Amino acid sequence: MSEPVEEIEIQLLLDALYRHYHYDFRHYARASIKRRLLQAQKQLGFDSISALQSAVLHDETMLPNLLNYLTVQVSEMFRDPSYFRALREKVIPHLRTYPSLKVWVAGCSHGEELYSLAILFREEGLAEKTIFYATDINPAALKAAKAGVYSLDRVRLFTENYQQSGGQCSLSEYYTADYGRAVFDQSLRARTVFSDHSLVTDAAFGEMHLISCRNVLIYFDRELQDRVVGLFAESLARRGFLGIGSKESLRFSAQADRFSEFVREERIYRRKSR
Amino acid sequence: MTQGLVAIGASAGGVQALSHILPDLPADYPLPVVVVVHIPPRKDNALVALFDRKCRMRVKEAEDKEPLTSGTVYFAPPDYHLLVEAEGALALSTEEPVNHSRPAIDVLFESAADAYGAALTGIVLTGANNDGAAGLQAICAAGGTAIVQNPDEAEVAAMPVAAADACRGALVMTLDEIAAHLAKTVTQ
Repeated sequence: MSEPVEEIEIQLLLDALYRHYHYDFRHYARASIKRRLLQAQKQLGFDSISALQSAVLHDETMLPNLLNYLTVQVSEMFRDPSYFRALREKVIPHLRTYPSLKVWVAGCSHGEELYSLAILFREEGLAEKTIFYATDINPAALKAAKAGVYSLDRVRLFTENYQQSGGQCSLSEYYTADYGRAVFDQSLRARTVFSDHSLVTDAAFGEMHLISCRNVLIYFDRELQDRVVGLFAESLARRGFLGIGSKESLRFSAQADRFSEFVREERIYRRKSR
Repeated sequence: MTQGLVAIGASAGGVQALSHILPDLPADYPLPVVVVVHIPPRKDNALVALFDRKCRMRVKEAEDKEPLTSGTVYFAPPDYHLLVEAEGALALSTEEPVNHSRPAIDVLFESAADAYGAALTGIVLTGANNDGAAGLQAICAAGGTAIVQNPDEAEVAAMPVAAADACRGALVMTLDEIAAHLAKTVTQ
């Protein structure tokens, strides 16, 4: 049986995006990228993936629209509170011993994880000596992350998560409510560098003490996961920490032996020192 | 890649319905069984522990990029979609809920239909919404076997009714018949 036409169209579109715009989704997990492409095709009003491809190649104003479908931007502050509790109780004591700290939020999306970490580091008295790097491939997401504005109906969940994570204050101390939106305190991101960076095509960052990259690896195929985990190993200082999503694992990764488990159930790893 | 796959979706009343079907399958069942049950987004997956006690097959929570193996029942983790990749491995996603659900049955079924085509059996059990209907249609369209729990017997009929409406080729079976149908695979 010949390959279904839709599969051919998807491959051609991904090739076209890479060759024309240098956005490389070719090694994203295929089942999920297909869902999102079909969703984009339907909602942007095209009859086929080929028609969508033609539009995005000839009209670069289409690109941001498509990127919003191809990059998954669903997150929440303090998602999986026990992860942030483990950072607070088990990782922070090690980080305290350094004179200065670098933390990388890889695939920061709209900034939920960044602000969660910024709040945690402030409460633990580490904010002043920490530089955060927040990176994403989607310019619209980076812009939203800089703004730090979330709809108030989501903040109720954020607040619950924050409390369960061992938060020391009230989350409302970090934002002002404004017409149904929560605007997070801009001083939280005063020491954050926002940057357009692709885990797929760009090089390592230097000497990080903590990399938090949650629910990003699941969107990659195994080959790309291996590349990215290798990139993390190269970007971490010796004995630096890596936190991934609670249902992600280095178990199937060819790079797994560069890390040791630090808090197994929270998927917090530590780079081996050699 | 395994020679076939059984994908099951269930919502309200699903635990009881699954308890009719899964425990009798033998430990060396020749296919993997992948299950989405609508559950609240908590971290612990009580379903795995519950069915691990009841079943002869190995029962576990699905992990990202895990290759499917026969004789194993995989449950979708709470708050993640579960998908099947073309090479016969599982994948997770935190994309938006579909039909107000994450995990969603449609997401599992549609991806599994792409990966397994005619070698897929999809089963929609009791539930109160219409998740699984579009997915079962995709399974039929790909030449797979579509099965719907007899709505008369289902604790909540809405979901099997919606699936049977969407997928005219679906076989309507009682839980006993579904269990017998799955057991037949062993002797084939």
